[in-house]
Amino acid sequence: MVKLVYFAWVRERIGKSDEEIELPGDVRTVGDLLTHLKTRGEGYELALAVPRAIHVAIDQQHCQHSDPIGNASEIALFPPMTGG
Amino acid sequence: MTPAPRVKVQTEDFDLQKEIDDLTGANSNIGAVVSFCGLCRDEQGTLDALELEHYPGMAEAEMTRLAEEAIKRWSLDGVSIIHRHGKITPGDNIVLVLTASVHRQAAFEAASFLMDFMKSKAPFWKRELLKDGQIGSWVDAREADDDALERWQ
Repeated sequence: MVKLVYFAWVRERIGKSDEEIELPGDVRTVGDLLTHLKTRGEGYELALAVPRAIHVAIDQQHCQHSDPIGNASEIALFPPMTGG
Repeated sequence: MTPAPRVKVQTEDFDLQKEIDDLTGANSNIGAVVSFCGLCRDEQGTLDALELEHYPGMAEAEMTRLAEEAIKRWSLDGVSIIHRHGKITPGDNIVLVLTASVHRQAAFEAASFLMDFMKSKAPFWKRELLKDGQIGSWVDAREADDDALERWQ
């Protein structure tokens, strides 16, 4: 099981702020995860329509879509950041 | 040895002078403190407030990583970063970066570096609450902010 957390418009479009899911064995990279999540429903499809707009953090560290998920316990998906 | 960076994520406002005093403390060999305060604009009178969402835990962790990177690159005697979240009204503070050094150049450059990276790497998101009562859109990231990172490569 891995905990997924969502922020800003990714959270709104998916319709929840977090969830725990079981990842299929063929989901190895962050990119695979995004592709997999898009099959989970309309909200996910809408949130992840433009994958390159989605930033991902594994266990609270920024990562690339090509990075392996490994033994991540928490994966966060969010839009480009607008703090400061 | 640079003291550990001071990093805070909070809803309440901060007091600039108090933060400077806390940063410089008993170190009387500091010759320069650079401060950057980011404020909430009213967008020509249309904005009632900003609602700032953040990723608790990662926000502090990422701000600490950025501060540690600045300490590696420049000779600094202290770094302090505060970022507020929640509802923030025009004229209010949003973010504070303080850098302290013996001479001014390190403090200037490190403060600029930190703000450039805070914009694009610290997990905060702004949403506009408009004067007419509407919940406006999430603020779009600016390409200029990404471009700003390149000069530090």
